[in-house]
Amino acid sequence: MSTVFIALQANEETRPIIEAIEIDNPQAVVNRQPAMVKIDAQGQLVIRKSTIEEQLGRDFDLQELHINLISLTGNVVEDDETLTLSWNS
Amino acid sequence: MDMKVAKKKLGLKEKYRALTRDLGWDTTYQTKDAVFPYVGYEGIKIHDWDKWEDPFRLTMDAYWKYQAEKERKFYAIIDAHAQNNGHLNLTDARYLSALKIFLQAISPGEYAAHKGFARAGREFPGVGTQVACQMQAIDEIRHAQTQIHAMSNYNRYYNGFHAFADTRDRIWYTSVARSFFDDAMSAGPFEFMIAIGFSFEYVLTNLLFVPFMSGAAYNGDMATVTFGFSAQSDEARHMTLGLECIKFMLEQDPDNLPIVQNWIDKWFWRGFRVLGLVSTMMDYMLPKRVMSWREAWDIYGVENGGALFKDLARYGIKPPKGWDDAEKAIDHMSHQFMLGLYQWSFGTAFHSWIPSEDDMNWLSAKYPDTFDKYYRPRWKHIKKLADAGTPFKNYGLAKLCQCCQLPTVFTEPDDPTLTCHRETVYKGQKYHFCSDGCQHVFENEPEKYVQAWLPMPQLFQEPINGDLGAWMEWVSLRDGKDNGDYAGSEDQQNFEAWRGLATTNQ
Repeated sequence: MSTVFIALQANEETRPIIEAIEIDNPQAVVNRQPAMVKIDAQGQLVIRKSTIEEQLGRDFDLQELHINLISLTGNVVEDDETLTLSWNS
Repeated sequence: MDMKVAKKKLGLKEKYRALTRDLGWDTTYQTKDAVFPYVGYEGIKIHDWDKWEDPFRLTMDAYWKYQAEKERKFYAIIDAHAQNNGHLNLTDARYLSALKIFLQAISPGEYAAHKGFARAGREFPGVGTQVACQMQAIDEIRHAQTQIHAMSNYNRYYNGFHAFADTRDRIWYTSVARSFFDDAMSAGPFEFMIAIGFSFEYVLTNLLFVPFMSGAAYNGDMATVTFGFSAQSDEARHMTLGLECIKFMLEQDPDNLPIVQNWIDKWFWRGFRVLGLVSTMMDYMLPKRVMSWREAWDIYGVENGGALFKDLARYGIKPPKGWDDAEKAIDHMSHQFMLGLYQWSFGTAFHSWIPSEDDMNWLSAKYPDTFDKYYRPRWKHIKKLADAGTPFKNYGLAKLCQCCQLPTVFTEPDDPTLTCHRETVYKGQKYHFCSDGCQHVFENEPEKYVQAWLPMPQLFQEPINGDLGAWMEWVSLRDGKDNGDYAGSEDQQNFEAWRGLATTNQ
C-alpha cells in the first residue's frame, strides 16, 4: 500500500490539529522536522472536524487547514466533516 | 416580537455549487467555439465540463478570507525580521547564494505562472476550472510579490539581489527557468495544466519548497521559511488541482491518454532539469543541512511520485519516460552543478566556493557510492590550484542544451566518467542536447525549440559583440562584488564584521 502524507507548519494553531490526526489515525507516523510536521500513513489518512474541535476547544472549519498546510499527497475528498487522503493502489 | 432565527448555512457542496456552477452562463450571441477558441486544437476531448470538481471545494469568499490570514502571518514575520536585524541570524552568508538563485530564477517563474493561469482560466469553458485557475493566478502573483518583498530585506545589505529583473531576462543560467515557463505559456491550455499543475507542482515542487524551506529554518532565515511555507500552503491546492485535471482528462475520453502521457514525459523531464539546481542548493549552499538531495528525492520523488504513478496506472498512465535516467542522476547532479557553478563563477550573480573538509565529509557520508570516487578528487585538485594562487576558472563559454538551456555538464546515465552529449540535425543546423530526455522533447517539436533565445549566441550580438565587460554591464553584474568565490567577497567580509558588531559592544 502506498503512503499518503500531510505536512503542516509547526505552530500553536496546528498542535491540536496534529493531536486530532493522531487520535483518528493510530497507524500514522508523525515526523517532526524543522518548522514543520509531516504525518505519513499507509493507504489513507482521515482528518475529522469533530476531533479537532474537541482538541481545540472551539468550532473549527476544515478549510482553516489551508492556512497552515504545507503539502499533501493522495486523492483528496473533502466534505463538511472530514478530509480524506487516499491512494487507489 | 420577532425571534431571530439563525439562517441555515449552506453545506460545503451546496456553497461550492452556488459560487461556481451557478455563476456560469451559456453564450447566446456568439457560439461557444468562438468564445473558447483554444480548447480544441490540442486534441483533448471533453464531453462534460460539469464533471470537473475541486476536491477542496474552495469558493472565492473563503479564498479571500484564508489568503488574507496567510498574508497577515507573513507580514508579521517579515516585519520582525527587518526590525530585529534578522539577516545577522543566518548561519553563514554563503547561504545567501541559494536565495539569490531563488530570486533571479524562481520568483520570476511564479510571475510567469500567474500569467499562464490567468490565460488558462480564460480559455477553459468549465466554470469550476475557471474559478480554480483564477485562484491559482492570484496565488502565483502573491508568491512573486511576497518573495521579492521578503528578499528585499537582504538587498539592503548584500550583493547580488539588486537587479533580479535584468538578471531574469539576460543572464545565462536564468534562461533555464525562463525557457521552461515560456515553453509552458506558449503551449495550449491543457498542456499548460499538465506542465505546471501536474508535473511541476505535483511531482516536483515538494522538493523545492518542503526540504529547502525547512532548511532555511535551520539556517536562521525566518523570512524565507515564511514566504516558502506561505507559498507552499497554496501549492497543496495547486497540486490537488493538477491531479484533478489529469484525472478529468483521462476520465473524459480514452483518446486523451496518449496525448497526456506524452506531456507527462515531456514535462517531467523539463521540470527535473529546472529543479536540478535545487540539489546544489540543498547539498552545498545550506551551511546547516537538514537532508541531502538524495534523501529528499527518496521521500518526495521515489515514494511520493511512485505512489502517484501507481495510482494513475488504472487509467493506463505509465511513469514518465525519463524516470529511470532521473534516478541514475540523483547521486551525481548536485556535485556536477556545483563544479559547473564554481568554474563559471565570474559570470554568476551569486557566489560559489570550494567545499570545506567538513562539508566534503558530510557529502561522502550522504553519497557513499559517488562522492569519494568521482567528486572529492576533483575538489581536492581545485583546492590545490586555489591554494597555489592559480584558481581554476573556465573562461570558455558553456555549450548549452537547446532544450533545457543548461550547460551540458551531465554525465551518461550509466557512465559517470563520460559527459553526456546528444545532437540532432534539423534543416541543416546542428543542435546540442544534455540528455536523451531533452533530445526527445526537441525532436517532437523542433519548430518550437529552434526559436529558443540562447544566452551564449547573444554574447556575440548587439550590444555586446563578444566583450565580457559589456556583457556584465548588460546583465547588471558588478564584477568583483556580485560574482566569484565567496572566500574574500564583500558579502563574507560584511557579514562577519556586522555579526561581530551585533555580538559585542565595539
